[in-house]
Amino acid sequence: MNDLFQFFSFSDPNVRYVTLGTMVLAATAAMVGSFSFLRKRALVGDAIAHSILPGVCLAFMVSGSKNPLVLIIGAIITGWISLLVIDGISRTTKLKNDAAIGIVLSVFFGLGILLLTSIQHSGNASQAGLDKFLFGKAASLTKDDIITFSSIGIVLIIVVLLFYKEFKLISFNPDYAKVIGLPVKFLEFILATITVLAVAVGIQAVGVVLMAALLITPASGARFWTHRLGNMIVIAMVFGALSGFFGSYISYVAPNMPTGPWVVMCLSILAIGSIWFAPKRGMLAKYKIQAENKKKILVENVLKLFYHLGESSNNFEAERSIDELLATRDLRKIELNRGLQLLRKDNSVRLKEGNWYITSKGLNEAKRVIKLHRLWEMYLNQRLKLEPDHVHNDAEAIEHIITPELEKQLEKELNYPIKDPHESIIPYNKD
Amino acid sequence: MDAFWIILTGSLIAVSCSLLGCYLVLRKMAMVGDAISHAVLPGIVIAYLLSGSRETLPMLVGAAVLGVLTTVIIELFYKRAKLQVDASIGITFTWLFAIGIILISLFTGQVDLDQDCVLYGEIAYVPLDLWFSESGLNYGPRAVWIGGGLLVIILAFIFKGYKGLFLTTFNEEFAKALGIAVGFWHYSLMGAVSLTTVVSFESVGAILVVAFLIVPPSAAYLLTNKLKIMLLLSSIFGILCSIGGYYLAVLINGSIAGAMATVAGIIFLIAWLISVLRKNRAIKPFDIFSS
Repeated sequence: MNDLFQFFSFSDPNVRYVTLGTMVLAATAAMVGSFSFLRKRALVGDAIAHSILPGVCLAFMVSGSKNPLVLIIGAIITGWISLLVIDGISRTTKLKNDAAIGIVLSVFFGLGILLLTSIQHSGNASQAGLDKFLFGKAASLTKDDIITFSSIGIVLIIVVLLFYKEFKLISFNPDYAKVIGLPVKFLEFILATITVLAVAVGIQAVGVVLMAALLITPASGARFWTHRLGNMIVIAMVFGALSGFFGSYISYVAPNMPTGPWVVMCLSILAIGSIWFAPKRGMLAKYKIQAENKKKILVENVLKLFYHLGESSNNFEAERSIDELLATRDLRKIELNRGLQLLRKDNSVRLKEGNWYITSKGLNEAKRVIKLHRLWEMYLNQRLKLEPDHVHNDAEAIEHIITPELEKQLEKELNYPIKDPHESIIPYNKD
Repeated sequence: MDAFWIILTGSLIAVSCSLLGCYLVLRKMAMVGDAISHAVLPGIVIAYLLSGSRETLPMLVGAAVLGVLTTVIIELFYKRAKLQVDASIGITFTWLFAIGIILISLFTGQVDLDQDCVLYGEIAYVPLDLWFSESGLNYGPRAVWIGGGLLVIILAFIFKGYKGLFLTTFNEEFAKALGIAVGFWHYSLMGAVSLTTVVSFESVGAILVVAFLIVPPSAAYLLTNKLKIMLLLSSIFGILCSIGGYYLAVLINGSIAGAMATVAGIIFLIAWLISVLRKNRAIKPFDIFSS
């Protein structure tokens, strides 16, 4: 508890720097990553992250200093080259984009490791700390780092605000953007540059491998909550900032815990939580809709059993045994029982001494479904000229889906038919 | 002698990776291979913790389970949640890799694995870890035996399953129509990739496995249209990588694994140039590799 208090009071300047720095990095990466995500370039970010390593090493070898700005310039150069090479491979060879990404990622990274170890073995004392690029150094961010990160972050935000409309268009419809005369190549160049910049900065917090998560995981999670780009970016940035915050908190409470992996852990939990639980688009919501549709189909099919039995015996109110109901249609007993129980709750059927009978409410509903079925058969037969023996299966599926509006249209189109192609009477509810 | 053992280990691993990589590249699953190579990390760490040692078998099992789990999670996000495939891959492997690193930090004392080793391995130490029989007979480096065993398994898998892999790779619909279990071959391949990854992990690390898995097969694919020749060529490229890589590393005193990946890149660059030049000539005067 004491830790908690100490952390939130931010009295320790180190805590302030680390927390603030990680939050800024994660939020800006999430913003830029939203566009990579929408342009289906999620893994390109991964390739850029790996390709930055040789750039950093080369910048150090050439300049001999570890000035963050110099290293970032080196990073941007190789990051950019990696993009060009990926593009070149997928344009000029039969290799697919994913192979191109994999090749660039592993070769550039291998080169980076080769240079890094070579520098380390050279005995140059000032090289210490270069390997922070591999795993990040979130826990040891300093005031200078924060100033660098924040200024770059602000530049990125301004660029995105400035070109928001254009970026939106090239993310969703690049062809249209080209047609209306936007400089698509130039915009793609800007977007790629800010992505490289965001990666070059973010990598210092979480390291090479996990950088991809900072770009795409927040956007992937945010996508499940909204259909609007603006909202999506804001949600993604909130996810990023929250994870940055918790990641620093955890490594503050447990000092041997690495910040970067915990930031990614929090991001992943937020994203996977969104994938499962988001309303409407989440997996649970989808399963629920599916289950409800299944229930509706089952209930309507059971009601139809009563109608068919009633029609053939000319007695709709008669009580029916389970066996009698089962004989009418290919339905499993468990399902029939489940449907009957559901209908009983709804007051559409009632149980009397082990036998079931349909109420007037249930009968009206049954008539509605039967009518839709037979109207559709009629429509297929008359308008599409299908033989009467070809129309049943299709109608069996669509009867559960037709809306009242469509029903009215069908009635009108067919001029309120009395009988279906099989000479069965189409029941109209009198209201 | 050290040079020989290192190059031999590198070649054994490179050939196993290159052979499997051909199928990954042809199935457009190169990045799934990348994802698996990262995602096996928590499996390895958990196996370490459970078995309490660097035993090979538990690690293989742990990694294989995680590898197949990775593909299952990716497919779950992709097919059920309708998340686009690149994002599904990206989320899954970064998450699992983060779990792996967290576990390593959590059990620092108990797990003999450090973060650098995870990224680029320690093939230079291969000659130090020797395998002695009970009577004290020296069988040579342990990694050579493990790498050799792996290569035998991979070769057996590819020879035995050649037809199934071939058909499911090039024409899944046709394979299905013939009654071939497409899912079985898919998951066997993923299992084999995980197995290879974990064996290679100690020697070359997570990311350089990807270099061996993807780069030599891609280079071979640019030079031929025949699967058998592609398999052969990419194995040769793999061996060239480990020979060239070793001497490059010695030359500039750097990581051997990093140098091997760099040489792989150079080989790819040459193959790329050849393929572009051949295409530009429009008519093919001779097709050296696919007659």
